[in-house]
Amino acid sequence: MTATAEAPTKAGEVPSFDVTLRIQRMDPDGTPDHPAGEEYWEEFTLTMHGTDRVLDALHKIKWDVDGSLAFRRSCAHGVCGSDAMRINAKNRLACKTLLKDLNPKRPITIEPIKGLPVEKDLIVDMEPFFASYREIMPFLMTSGPTPERERLQSPEERARFDDTTKCIMCAACTTSCPVFWTDGQYFGPQAIVGAHRFIFDSRDEGEWDRLEILNDKAGVWKCRTAFNCTEACPRGIEVTKAISEVKKALNTGAV
Amino acid sequence: MTEHEYDVVIVGAGGAGMRAALESSQRAKTAVLTKLYPTRSHTGAAQGGMAAALANVEEDNVEWHVFDTIKGGDYLVDQDAAQILCEEAVQAVLDLEKMGLPFNRTTAGKIDQRRFGGHTRDHGKAAVRRACYAADRTGHMILQTLYQQCIKQDVEFFNEFYVLDLILNDDPQSAEGKDVAVAGVIAYELSTGQIHTFRAKSVIFATGGAGKVFKTTSNAHTLTGDGMALALRRGIPLEDMEFFQFHPTGLAGLGILLSEAARGEGGILRNSEGERFMERYAPTIKDLAPRDVVARAMANEVREGRGCGPNKDYVLLDLTHLEPAHIDEKLPDITEFARTYLGVEPYTEPVPVFPTAHYAMGGVPTTNNAEVLRNNHDTIKGLYAAGEVACVSVHGSNRLGTNSLLDINVFGRRAGIAAAEYALTTEGYDLPADASALVSDQVEKLRATVGGGGTERVADIRRELQATMDRNVQVFRTSESLAEAHTLVGELQARFKNIAIHDRGARFNTDLLEAVELGFLLDLAEVVILGAEHRKESRGGHYREDFPTRDDKNFMKHTMAYKTKDGIRLDTKPVVVTKYQPMERKY
Repeated sequence: MTATAEAPTKAGEVPSFDVTLRIQRMDPDGTPDHPAGEEYWEEFTLTMHGTDRVLDALHKIKWDVDGSLAFRRSCAHGVCGSDAMRINAKNRLACKTLLKDLNPKRPITIEPIKGLPVEKDLIVDMEPFFASYREIMPFLMTSGPTPERERLQSPEERARFDDTTKCIMCAACTTSCPVFWTDGQYFGPQAIVGAHRFIFDSRDEGEWDRLEILNDKAGVWKCRTAFNCTEACPRGIEVTKAISEVKKALNTGAV
Repeated sequence: MTEHEYDVVIVGAGGAGMRAALESSQRAKTAVLTKLYPTRSHTGAAQGGMAAALANVEEDNVEWHVFDTIKGGDYLVDQDAAQILCEEAVQAVLDLEKMGLPFNRTTAGKIDQRRFGGHTRDHGKAAVRRACYAADRTGHMILQTLYQQCIKQDVEFFNEFYVLDLILNDDPQSAEGKDVAVAGVIAYELSTGQIHTFRAKSVIFATGGAGKVFKTTSNAHTLTGDGMALALRRGIPLEDMEFFQFHPTGLAGLGILLSEAARGEGGILRNSEGERFMERYAPTIKDLAPRDVVARAMANEVREGRGCGPNKDYVLLDLTHLEPAHIDEKLPDITEFARTYLGVEPYTEPVPVFPTAHYAMGGVPTTNNAEVLRNNHDTIKGLYAAGEVACVSVHGSNRLGTNSLLDINVFGRRAGIAAAEYALTTEGYDLPADASALVSDQVEKLRATVGGGGTERVADIRRELQATMDRNVQVFRTSESLAEAHTLVGELQARFKNIAIHDRGARFNTDLLEAVELGFLLDLAEVVILGAEHRKESRGGHYREDFPTRDDKNFMKHTMAYKTKDGIRLDTKPVVVTKYQPMERKY
């Protein structure tokens, strides 16, 4: 089609509406009404616009109503991975979830992601999550002399692991996994995604070191293919597929 | 309070900080202090590519890249620095590939390259394929790869530590020739509210940009110019702060970045008449002119009534003539942004776009080895800066696309090596007993505003600052608009003294830190405006409607802004010219 003045003008048409956010709160220092560490719900009703995201609503609360509301965010367009949270019982990025797509007629429930210790409001301790990632040796391993120019890799070889290079480590997948919630030993889907990215990279020679780690009791066999992780991934990574490819490599002994 | 001691402390864990850490941690005891988890850094939002004359897909060479960088920066580039940038580019890209970065590949298996604005064959004859890339996620891949290498090397990170002060052994505005050296930094730990002192023989600032001075910006909420403001407050000058890059293709109304790679892959900008208007502004390379040229052209189309939409306030980025498969392969993320945030399907509909504040060309002045300058001649011993916080100056008055991912790798590496090597030669300087007093005092004063008499809200002042900057200090500037901004920012600075925050807590008090960050933004906005008022010419990203031409006689020099007890003092620094004399800049 040709671009003309009659082209879609959705950016200019922004209807406003009222929406209620029901947020799980916890203050480690305590408040006059809530002792330190107590989890409780608080509702905020706001007037928002058609292009607003959940993050905009959280900012409106923080900036105009209650500055003590704590959450992480940075890029605000779905690439830094800071603001994964449980929105209407599903893990999503607050900056990538439009309010109008959530049926704003009903209260929107917002909780911290599950399975990691809550530190304050929507902020959780990410350290166990990053520790699992570090365990799978997430770096290129090669042997022999370093070539002068680039290592060659065909477009097909590059495409083999493209999907798992997209991971932004937001933890939406890992903290949507029912096994992760109940089993503190499980690496979780993200660490397996992180390993997959190198296992299937034609330049890498560390695949069996990683596969051995994932073959461990905390590893890939814990996965019960619930598919929650694939649904949760804000980058559209086929997480369950990546996990099954790792399982297959272990079963067949071939990458 | 907790005390730490390191050879090298790096502040910031984006591309420049982690590239520095990989060098420094091999040579000296190194800590990386970062206010975000490293993988959250805004390097990860960079999309289109990293420039290097690899010549993998067509003829190219370093010298053409140097020339394009200098001309792209409208001759305010220090030419010796540009030479280093472009010479070391090839190795910088190859280093990343060897670290594992998954670049897109040619059919022969080499790193693929594509076109980008202002990068040309043979001094402007035609666009050249120089940008090494990984889809439209090149920054993401660089950030991930550097983080992975930091894990491999067991680099020590202090995550969610906000550096709030820089400690020197003497006043950087002391007489020329005197030794001034770094002693360390003071940090605030987000999770506990505790103050930490870090004694360090070398400190590297890699804190990134300050885009949140503006309302419409591609920058993260966290890009509040912390390193620039800390340096300024401690008496270190800032260079060329009036030069801010407005990226042509931000999603209209939102400012979210749509990579120049969209035009590199064949995308076309159109006005309300459907016209490919860049043909009028840059007849040779059209939509692939440098960003300042394109952003001005877009703003001009809107001003002359050829904007699109109900308010005629944006233009259109047309990708509809590209094959959907090609879009999916080369531009998957940015087309998803258009779908998610504007509900526009780029396969069949053009995308509403308008310039968005993107990149600070100015910053903390450094030598080519990333050493921080305290005047035109003297460095501060042990203090380094690299990446967007720094001004080397390789970007002059307008940075070319893909030269910033290059900058962070080349000068991040140089900073890491130089900082570690210097640290091994010195005992360093002890922090004074009251080193953390300023930070403790600042934090306690802010806490005391909870429920106190303050009547101003941080968010209100920030919104007004950003609106003022967008209205008056954006693509088009005049003496009147700048005077208005100057007055308003002064008023906001006064009101800032009367703020009240909500959260008195010790743990994860982001309310308190947003107030601190607003203080940084207010300081920097003043320097941007003063530099812009003083520069009565148009050059690169700085366009004065009342002085629409470049004036090499009076203004081919860098601006140096010093904070003194009597306010900001402006001075100049000569531009290093080696082989390219200024010419008229046409594309």
